[in-house]
Amino acid sequence: MSTIIGGRISSNLTENFEEIYKGLTRSEAIEEANRCLYCYDAPCIKACPTSIQIPNFIKKIATDNLKGSAKTILESNPVGASCARVCPTEELCEGACVLNHDTKPISIGNLQRYATDWAMKQKAPLFKAGERNGKTVAIIGSGPAGLSAARELSLLGYQVTIFEAQKEAGGLDRYGIVSFRLPKEVVQWEVQQVEQLGVEIKTNITVGVDITAEEIINRFDRVILAIGMGKVPNLGIEGEALKGVYDAIEFVKKTKIEAPTDELIGKNVAVIGAGNTAIDAATTAVRLGAANVQIIYRRTKNEMTAYQFEYDFAKQDGVEFKWLTAPTQIIGDEHNEVVGLQCVKMVLQESDADGRQKPVPIQDSEMILDVDVVIKAIGQSKYTKLVEAFGLNHTKGVVDVDSRTYQTSQEKIYACGDCIFGNGQGEAMVVTAAQQGKDVAKAIHHTFMLQSEIA
Amino acid sequence: MADLRINLAGIKSPNPFWLASAPPTNSGYQVQRAFEAGWGGAVWKTLGDPIINTTSRFAAASFNGKKVAGFNNIELITDRPLEVNLKEIYETKKRFPDHAIIASIMVEPKQEKWHEIVKRVEDVGVDGFELNFGCPHGMAERGMGAASGQVPELVEKQTYWAKEVAKTPVIVKLTPNITDITVTAEAAVRGGADAVSMINTINSLMGVDLDSWNTVPNVAGKGAHGGYCGPAVKPIALNMVGECARNPLINVPISGIGGISNWKDAAEFILMGSTGVQVCTAAMHHGFSIVEDMIDGLNNYLDEKGIVSVMDLVGKSVPKYSNWGDLDLNHKVVARINNDTCINCNKCHISCEDTSHQCIEMLVDANGKSYLKVREEDCVGCNLCSIVCPVDGAIDMVEIKQALPSMTWNQRQSRIASFMTEKVAK
Repeated sequence: MSTIIGGRISSNLTENFEEIYKGLTRSEAIEEANRCLYCYDAPCIKACPTSIQIPNFIKKIATDNLKGSAKTILESNPVGASCARVCPTEELCEGACVLNHDTKPISIGNLQRYATDWAMKQKAPLFKAGERNGKTVAIIGSGPAGLSAARELSLLGYQVTIFEAQKEAGGLDRYGIVSFRLPKEVVQWEVQQVEQLGVEIKTNITVGVDITAEEIINRFDRVILAIGMGKVPNLGIEGEALKGVYDAIEFVKKTKIEAPTDELIGKNVAVIGAGNTAIDAATTAVRLGAANVQIIYRRTKNEMTAYQFEYDFAKQDGVEFKWLTAPTQIIGDEHNEVVGLQCVKMVLQESDADGRQKPVPIQDSEMILDVDVVIKAIGQSKYTKLVEAFGLNHTKGVVDVDSRTYQTSQEKIYACGDCIFGNGQGEAMVVTAAQQGKDVAKAIHHTFMLQSEIA
Repeated sequence: MADLRINLAGIKSPNPFWLASAPPTNSGYQVQRAFEAGWGGAVWKTLGDPIINTTSRFAAASFNGKKVAGFNNIELITDRPLEVNLKEIYETKKRFPDHAIIASIMVEPKQEKWHEIVKRVEDVGVDGFELNFGCPHGMAERGMGAASGQVPELVEKQTYWAKEVAKTPVIVKLTPNITDITVTAEAAVRGGADAVSMINTINSLMGVDLDSWNTVPNVAGKGAHGGYCGPAVKPIALNMVGECARNPLINVPISGIGGISNWKDAAEFILMGSTGVQVCTAAMHHGFSIVEDMIDGLNNYLDEKGIVSVMDLVGKSVPKYSNWGDLDLNHKVVARINNDTCINCNKCHISCEDTSHQCIEMLVDANGKSYLKVREEDCVGCNLCSIVCPVDGAIDMVEIKQALPSMTWNQRQSRIASFMTEKVAK
């Protein structure tokens, strides 16, 4: 990820949404692959949530065995091409590389991308579905968790059907990650890889609207909920209905569906929140031609949830950060359009019981930021209604699961991915979703094996 | 500034770095460029009856991304008329009178042929000859080069014929494609050689193309073995130099050749008994300018060691090169891992565990930190762990003082034999 450098903004908006980093050349890949020490019991493998046999796939690049390399990656991680682009590698494999203590870590993410880019250009499929065992599984949601579970179950012989509310499969990877990081073609390829195994993906089907939860439970032997997260919740301040107020998720999604539009050109933009989605929204705004983009956060840089490299990228793109600032009102004009954002300065109190310092407003510190657009990026809400439609126990919308098997309170139903993330547990990374998908598949298979219903 | 001048059997040159007889010394233009760059001498590309070369000719062995770990050629001796070469030798010597020009020569194993070429070449003013008994390909099929260089009698006889007429020193260049190079080196000395040079290239097939299944290189779909050289052959060459240097019957200077790429390699060859060195592959890989660091590095090394002349370095390691039976069986070294420097790649562990003596343990300390430890009582001191370790200073091979006195295999066997004799006597 560190090879992604921001700040190169074109007046041609379409160019701004092309993938920034073009990948390693063959010479670069081989040089880098040869640098890998081929550690024994390598820490990079342990640091990878999907346990990719990293030294093996790297060695295979060095020996021109790209097919073997891609297979090694994708065997462990069905969305390995996406992860090669979006994984916080500094925090994971590259952070664990022993060469951090000697020279510099191996660019594992870029090598992974090199091998999977090769695979994307091939026609012949890398994997074959297992012999059908007569069991059926429904998966709700086709994001990384759903796709991963579907791939694994197909290899084991299950007949899998995915229900997807959107027009296209891919979930967060398809609609939620900015295209200059993760172009839709990569996700479409990963979806195809799953489809060619015989998985049926029913798009434009919203469970709970087009088909009931009950019908799915009755029709399938097992059900996996991989529904991710929903909209950004309301800020709870005045003016959120004004024209010019966006949900960060919807805002990014629009750029992944249609060609960039000119409505942000020359505008002053405030993004509320300092997580990775806020960074995505802010940098997207820059790339749509905004004159000025500021991130408004009620805590400080130390508390922000965005990764360091995301923060660096935003800075390179010219995004400004206003720490210890909280919005109190979005101000509109007579046309119901945003003309300003009233904020108040905050101060952090002594840390409370859960260890986080609580921000409190400073009296009489109100100010008005001169902005035309406000983008909300303060987290995402849960699909609580749908969870309840399946009759599952949950905690504030987060599905309760067995930490080992991902089984929910209903025996036949499992859950994985972002819908089980929250309340201080789990990780909201694509790569963890992929691993959970694998684990769920394994757990389901295990139950059938125990019942000796399949060979 | 140390004195880098050498005198090899009467051939003097301003430094020990000569270009070997090979493509870099094909013409006056090239040799003069080399001398301008700083090379002390050049062994002219082998003169003889005109030949015809093929295309293609060269191939390299790459290893882990390094392009020229080894190098191979199927080029023959000079393909230019003798008169042209002689004219250019004359012109080059005139421009660079202090640099050494040695003519490499190769003719059929006939007395009159050797007499004729030695006379003709000596007339233009060379500093010496190098008899090419080493070229392993092409010429060998015609009974020359390595073909005659593998027969001690032919080496001796041809050296003798050359010496019959030569007024300048004669170096005999030996082929490594033989079980024991000291046999042909001795033959050269018996024939009157003033010096020997080694090694010429090693029989090799560089590779097979995995798509066409052709050999690498190939000429119109067919290949023939070539001669191997470059960094990969250095250890083979160094051994042969050392074996000749410590052989009392080979009491002539040695010109060292084989994979020498920098001043360090050169210094090693000199320590092991070479009076000077010859270089080819490194120059072919990088151009003549590499000699600048060779001269500079060797000079700094000598200064640092307080050695006045490079000639004082010649053969200093030869007494240390011996037979296995003379090695002390009671000497013990063990591996010791410095966990402050170690980066925990665990390569030492797995190499020891899978392929050596299973004595490096992967442990976890009280704080949960991984570390490696050698069970010294089981360590045989093989060096493998320190060889595969990627970090300088992470593994030391440490000497463990032994209570027992030094005892070699040969001493042990003779001691046992003497006991037996005593017993029998009783």
